[in-house]
Amino acid sequence: MGPQIPLEWYLFLAAALFCIGAYGVLSRRNAIAILMGVELMLNAVNINLVAFWRFLEPGGAVGQAFALFVYAVAAAEVAVGLALIIATWRTRETVILEDVDLLKG
Amino acid sequence: MTFQHVLFIVFGAITLGGALMVVTRRNVFNAALFMILSFFGVAGLYVLLEAPFLAGVQLFIYIGGISILIIFAIMLTRDMMNPDLIGRNSQWIAAAVVMVPLCAILIWTVSSHDWAAAPGPVPENSILTLGQALVDQEGLALPFEVASVLLLVALIGAVTIARER
Amino acid sequence: MHNSDLALNLAWFIPLFPFLAFVVIPLVTYRNRKLSHSLVIGAIAIAFLLAQIVFWRAATLPVGGGEHAYESTLIHWLATGEERLMLGIYIDPATAVMLFMVPLVCLMIFIYSVGYMNFGTPEVDPRYSRFFSYLSLFATGMLGMLVFNNLLTFFIFWEIMGTCSYLLIGFWYEKKYPDPNKITPRQAGLKAFIVTKIGDLFFMLGLALLYAEVGSLSYSEIFSHETLEHLAHTPFLGTQWTLATVIALLLFGGTVGKSAQFPLHVWLPDAMEGPTPVSALIHAATMVSAGVFLIVRAFPILQAADASVLAVGSIPFVAFIGALTAFGSSIIAVAQDDVKGVLAFSTISQLGYMVAALGIGAYVAGAFHLITHAFFKALLFLSSGSVIHGMEHGHHHVHEHEHEGHEEHHEEPWFNPNDMMNMGGLAKRMPRTFWAFLIGGLALSGFPIFTAGFWSKDEILAQAWTGNKVVFWALAISAGLTAFYTARQLCLTFAGAPRTEAARHAPESVPSMTTPLLILAVFAVILGWAGIPENLPGIGGIIPNWFHHFVISAIETGGHGEEHALRVAGHLSEASHAFEWAPLLLGMGFGLGGLFVGWLVYGLKPLQAGEMDRVEAGMHIIGLGWFHKAMRNRFYFDWLYDRVFVRTSIWLASFFDAFDYGQPVQKEIDGKVVVVRKHGIVDGLVNLVGRFGRGLSRISDWFDANIVDALVNLAGRAGRTISEVGGILDLRVVDRLVDLTGLGTRALSDLSNVVDLKLVDSAVDGIGDAIRTGGRFIRPIQTGKVQNYLLLASLMVIALVMAFFMILFLQI
Repeated sequence: MGPQIPLEWYLFLAAALFCIGAYGVLSRRNAIAILMGVELMLNAVNINLVAFWRFLEPGGAVGQAFALFVYAVAAAEVAVGLALIIATWRTRETVILEDVDLLKG
Repeated sequence: MTFQHVLFIVFGAITLGGALMVVTRRNVFNAALFMILSFFGVAGLYVLLEAPFLAGVQLFIYIGGISILIIFAIMLTRDMMNPDLIGRNSQWIAAAVVMVPLCAILIWTVSSHDWAAAPGPVPENSILTLGQALVDQEGLALPFEVASVLLLVALIGAVTIARER
Repeated sequence: MHNSDLALNLAWFIPLFPFLAFVVIPLVTYRNRKLSHSLVIGAIAIAFLLAQIVFWRAATLPVGGGEHAYESTLIHWLATGEERLMLGIYIDPATAVMLFMVPLVCLMIFIYSVGYMNFGTPEVDPRYSRFFSYLSLFATGMLGMLVFNNLLTFFIFWEIMGTCSYLLIGFWYEKKYPDPNKITPRQAGLKAFIVTKIGDLFFMLGLALLYAEVGSLSYSEIFSHETLEHLAHTPFLGTQWTLATVIALLLFGGTVGKSAQFPLHVWLPDAMEGPTPVSALIHAATMVSAGVFLIVRAFPILQAADASVLAVGSIPFVAFIGALTAFGSSIIAVAQDDVKGVLAFSTISQLGYMVAALGIGAYVAGAFHLITHAFFKALLFLSSGSVIHGMEHGHHHVHEHEHEGHEEHHEEPWFNPNDMMNMGGLAKRMPRTFWAFLIGGLALSGFPIFTAGFWSKDEILAQAWTGNKVVFWALAISAGLTAFYTARQLCLTFAGAPRTEAARHAPESVPSMTTPLLILAVFAVILGWAGIPENLPGIGGIIPNWFHHFVISAIETGGHGEEHALRVAGHLSEASHAFEWAPLLLGMGFGLGGLFVGWLVYGLKPLQAGEMDRVEAGMHIIGLGWFHKAMRNRFYFDWLYDRVFVRTSIWLASFFDAFDYGQPVQKEIDGKVVVVRKHGIVDGLVNLVGRFGRGLSRISDWFDANIVDALVNLAGRAGRTISEVGGILDLRVVDRLVDLTGLGTRALSDLSNVVDLKLVDSAVDGIGDAIRTGGRFIRPIQTGKVQNYLLLASLMVIALVMAFFMILFLQI
């Protein structure tokens, strides 16, 4: 029984999720909340990948494999990002990104 | 409106609803919990897309790993004296103004394309194919190894950066 | 049979509602206590109703065992490479009777918990909602374990229950005691988790071996004739033992851990540190019986196993462990002063009964005792909780009166409300609790005819009489001891006069606690009548032995008929059997005799305040005081495990730590005492490498400083000499020329100076001003805030893409 849900629906969902995540990145004060927005964007990307895999070439492995690599990259990025946040917390006692404006002109 | 449609709507609602909560909750810990909820929704979508292995990976890595890591970080950086009571920064209106049209543009782009092809069935041994491709020298073995090196580097880097002096 | 029976398919939903309650409470209703407990009780009530529907449908259909069990249509739930694991509902008689008991007992205990955790009073537990969500998760685990059709989900839900056990035992994790030897709830939770994990390890190995051989873990495939024959005749890795034997023993390992059999029994008495509803639910009625249920479920494998392996004399291994556990723990229970401690060892003992029964092949008797024990043990625990609650209230009452008008903040001297030596005379103060406890105690002792415990225990003893005489005597003597310590417990708690002020003021408990007691008491009495053996002279046969007929079909229809059934000990007992008077009379004799002796010692002249325990005193007189001390200290097993395993592990860990980092040593730096490390091997190696590198750098430094520098100095000195020569030349000749040129140039420069000041400068300054003003406009863009940059960047990207898109595709 094939999927009764057309491809567009998944892509719309992924687009919406991506934009929600991007909004989160641009509008949150807490640095960790920003990272969470990034994770949402990566999830949207993954949904896109898997939807395309399912609809365009379900017999292949590249679609799912690509999604797996995205998982690996996401995990690496979260680890390093959180380490940076924790290091910042230690020296500056803040995780509000707006307050870390050393590059201010 | 078949069962699949219902499931899609339910999982989609969980995903998007959770995501909206993530970006609007003032309490960052609540946001993290809603993020976990959103990930569950995504896992459900993977099951609908007949990729159960990826659903499992989603549960393990995102919910079981990354979310836990984020919660640890929230706990470690919690400032009881000056809690963040605002949540949004000064440019949130601008951000919304940029993102909503972007979403509209993306949706319009997708819908203006003709995705005609009828999808074929997923073969029974799709996981086997995936597994074999990941270790096939002429397949994805190299990206696989590179991803492992990336993870190793990230691990060492994270430990070094976050170490107590 | 693969049917689509609507009523039986309801079993899919049984674990669902408690799970939903567990999820919703921490996310949504955490602050609202009433809503939280209502959700949980509602969920378990729904599960109870569904389970009753399933039970009655299964009983009237009826479902049988093996091929005749009900298995619903299956769904794919986990894909692994080429295969897919299938999930479904599996209902056979054993599942059905467990479904009758478990949600009912859970419901009673949940209602009881409302009162026990002091809902509606100022002393309400601050983590009330959390407690109920944990209870709900536990119910999910137990129910999920029962209804599904394969050993993998069985194991998953088994582990969920283990986690809940840890969470709930350690619920009051901040509680500390002044006595450092008394185990705290936090430690007790860890202990329970780790010890049961050892058993779970064996269980997992058994599952792995089973899966490797059979390729599936679902009941319909592993309990089929072909599979069992294969397992029974294939040797394990070239040894004498068959696969069935090895798998059965490994699975039994899981039971030893979860059902607290010897030698993994040490966690259960300390698990009493958890709140009493937890003790009743998890450590009496349901979770510990999950271990026994595993044997019930995997009984065909035990039947296919070789009973002579690891047998002790004529006793099969499983029965040996069960009987030993039953006997040993009943001895220990005589010397315990904690009211829940006695019940804990009593539970271990009764679980030993069940395991022994199953070990000698008495499937129905073991299952029957499992069900009846759940009811009367839950009853006993809940009643003891009521007693403890009353003692705590009495203690607070007394304490408040003493300190009325004095300091507001006072340190309460530590008071143990569980200690039976502090009780006495509570029958008058807490009558409903007393009657409930009495009925439970009589059921536990096997009081004839009117208690369920009698019927199930008698069944086991009857099977043991013809099955294995050694097991019979062990169980019978344990029955006597059980009755004795039960009478002791009843008399110490309820008879005579109160021995402390707290007992004198203990109030009866609220209805939310006493009503479930009443309901459970009813079952503790009448449930036995569902299993009256038909060959009993007199009343046998008037009521058919429903339980036996229903449950025996689980193993009869599953195999080669009666001769295949019960090959566990070559013992055909469960089939129709001539009635024997001996086990019945001996069992009644031990039971009633134990009660009578207990009443004589403790009840005829009840214990006064400050008086030593009479059995202890008696044993001192005959020179066995040391033995009583051993009994009180649980035969020193905790001490043994601590010395052998715990301390060794800690020593090993510190050894490797010292290997890595070196011995910790205290030093003073700047007046502060600091712990510093030195002489570790791994660290030493790393430091050595560092020192080597540093040495190398020092060598090259020396090289630089001495050799290179010398060369540079030499070059410098040569250059200085040359410049000295040139200097003389300069002074005489070149200087005259230069001075002349200088005069001329100075005149020219004065001229251009004027030009510069007037024209060029004003132009340059003008440009500078313009740039500065421009910069002031643009500088605000560099806010230093990352998110602003991001926003700008995304705007630019979107604009670029739009432009690109429009140019390329719309050809603007």
